[in-house]
Amino acid sequence: MSDLDAFRGEIRAWLEENCPAEMREPARSDDDICWGGRKFQFKSAAQKQWMERCAAKGYTVPDWPKAYGGAGLNAAEAKIWREEMNRIGARPPLSSFGIWMLGPALLKFGTEEQKVHYLGQIARGEIRWCQGYSEPGSGSDLVSLQTYGEDKGDHWVVNGQKIWTSYANKADWIFCLVRTDKTNKYQGISFLLFDMESPGVSTKPILLISGNSPFCETFFDNVTVPKHQIVGDLNRGWDVAKYLLGHEREMISGAGGNDRLNTIGAYAKRNGLEDPLLRAELAMFDVDALAFSAMGEKFLDEIKVGKAHPAQPNMMKYAGTELNKRRHELLMATGGSAALEWDSEASGGGSKARTWLRTKANSIEGGTSEVMLNVISKRILDLPGA
Amino acid sequence: MALYHNEDQAMLADTARQFMGEEGTIGKQLRHWRDKSCKDGFGHALWKQFAELGFTGILVSEADGGLGMGHVEAGIVLEEIGRNLTPSPFLTSSVMAATAIGAGNDELRGRYLPGLLAGDSVFAVAIDEGPKHRPERIATRAERAGNGFKLTGAKAFVVHGGSADMLVVAARTAGADDDQAGVTLFAVPKDAAGLSQDAVRLVDSSMATHVKLDGVLVDADAVIGEVDAGRDLLNRVLNAGRVGAAAESVGVAGGAFDMTTTYLKQRKQFGQLIGEFQALQHRASHLYSELEIARAAVIKAQQLLDAGSEKAELMVSVAKAKAGKAASLAVKEGVQMHGGIGMTDEYDIGLYMKRDRALAEFMGDMYYHAERVAQLSGY
Repeated sequence: MSDLDAFRGEIRAWLEENCPAEMREPARSDDDICWGGRKFQFKSAAQKQWMERCAAKGYTVPDWPKAYGGAGLNAAEAKIWREEMNRIGARPPLSSFGIWMLGPALLKFGTEEQKVHYLGQIARGEIRWCQGYSEPGSGSDLVSLQTYGEDKGDHWVVNGQKIWTSYANKADWIFCLVRTDKTNKYQGISFLLFDMESPGVSTKPILLISGNSPFCETFFDNVTVPKHQIVGDLNRGWDVAKYLLGHEREMISGAGGNDRLNTIGAYAKRNGLEDPLLRAELAMFDVDALAFSAMGEKFLDEIKVGKAHPAQPNMMKYAGTELNKRRHELLMATGGSAALEWDSEASGGGSKARTWLRTKANSIEGGTSEVMLNVISKRILDLPGA
Repeated sequence: MALYHNEDQAMLADTARQFMGEEGTIGKQLRHWRDKSCKDGFGHALWKQFAELGFTGILVSEADGGLGMGHVEAGIVLEEIGRNLTPSPFLTSSVMAATAIGAGNDELRGRYLPGLLAGDSVFAVAIDEGPKHRPERIATRAERAGNGFKLTGAKAFVVHGGSADMLVVAARTAGADDDQAGVTLFAVPKDAAGLSQDAVRLVDSSMATHVKLDGVLVDADAVIGEVDAGRDLLNRVLNAGRVGAAAESVGVAGGAFDMTTTYLKQRKQFGQLIGEFQALQHRASHLYSELEIARAAVIKAQQLLDAGSEKAELMVSVAKAKAGKAASLAVKEGVQMHGGIGMTDEYDIGLYMKRDRALAEFMGDMYYHAERVAQLSGY
């Protein structure tokens, strides 16, 4: 038996022993996900147990180094971890922007002190992070951002406004792009970290078409940020942001997701599937969805060994989000009028309709599909003038 | 297993790419044989070169003198065949027929494999009986007669049938036309009495035949595998052909895509390169994305088949359907983005469109395989 087979055996046994039965089915909504953080209330004892057991072994962030709260798994081991999790349908023990986005950026750009401090907090689910990128005047054209950090010697004083800050009202800390040099567009932005409880920070949830408010407007009114809370060099925050956007795009693409969720035709049949044209559309969709799962797996394999094109996350984001929108259109069609229910208990508070509406943001947030296609044209296809 | 080529596979890909890019080119092969109205539609000299490189025995076991490789490796060769539109009996002989013969007894393998390995023999596979791929239904009958069997029926669009030294024929030895069970595979020599073939040239200049089996007598040793229990072997042959055709489609798509993006960087209209137009950039980028996904589906299916996984069946259909969709988009966008010259015979892009059309039908089109994905997924 190879070492990897032995490792698989260990993981399988550990999961059997430690993953509670309730955690072996997908989360029903955003509300059912374990986000961690100072304000987080566990939804069940099983949810708490599952996160804590994983955190103790480093399995909330299995491929981060042990020194920073991970389990130190290499690429092959991490793949086995994902496969074994998928095998029993286990949901992630902890989900957060800290894990998906800030973590990878800190691993690359952080100081040793920052890594030990912030990554450990993320791995243990202690601090929930939000991302301060977009501004009212800076959406797809992110680099035009105006939030300004004035240099006051040992600290900056930050003033400005962010928008589309996911879960800002629930987050403990923010990683934030702040202009620190008004004369240089790209090389005048710094990547700062600060506590959302700092004096001068306020948030205002935005009511969306889904009837939910996962995003906020976030205001900074003379917020003090100590100088050691910068990631990377002064005025080089765009480098960090670009790197991190790759991870965000990867996350939104759904790469590495649980492949049990990908065949919606079988789900539709349970609800009565009588329309042959709808069935045909579902089949064509499932071809695309199953092919995209393979793409997700290939992309993760390649990224681990540096074989993926550096701009490939843009392709993943484009294809994954467009696919997800199609998935939810078809789920609405298969659900019929029952999927229209907005607040009944039977519909889980309108979860189908609200999720369908929510997915429309997938191809807008983190860079629109059109921006992704621009980036592919320029960086991968090398088309002129792109 | 990681979803990219390992070192050995990457080396094989380099070899295949270089070889096909030099010897298998459109000018040297496809146009050459087409313009001569060649009855085979491919060159035997190139087939001998395939043999010298070991390609003809890529799926043949080492014990039988082959390379003993898998579908990932066969797919590497097929992708380069696709990229260069190289006419070759590789898919029918070295992938499909080799899969069938490999399951035969010592005597059968000894009869056919040396010729294949040497590049002297060409094989074809006669399964479908109408213009659409429908291997579930086999009406051709094989009745016991004397020491062997008597085959009666017809097979349609047998690719390379007219060039083949032997045809792998799926026939019914028991049951009704649509039964799963009761199927047997036979190795029928080209000169068997009662076997006749009418040749048809297809849109991509490849050659196929309509085969008539009019009481063809074969000995018992023509049976490949078990009598009445050939469905599993037939499925293996089909899966090999499907994943192989998918790999070739990815090559066709890649070739068309490269030609097209190159053209976008050269052609000027309204005083600028047409590749500067965002309308074209976005379509090219979408196509890139579809191609990458198709490529991932294909390598996943190849690996699952090689590993003997129970998930292979589903993924092979996903791969054939997805590669077909992506390649179809690639050739259509290719012709459109080339504009008027895309309609001329002089430019190669149209040849890609024709080859894609033929490959799409071969071993089931995207509709057939999407239907199969639905059935295998339980709806």
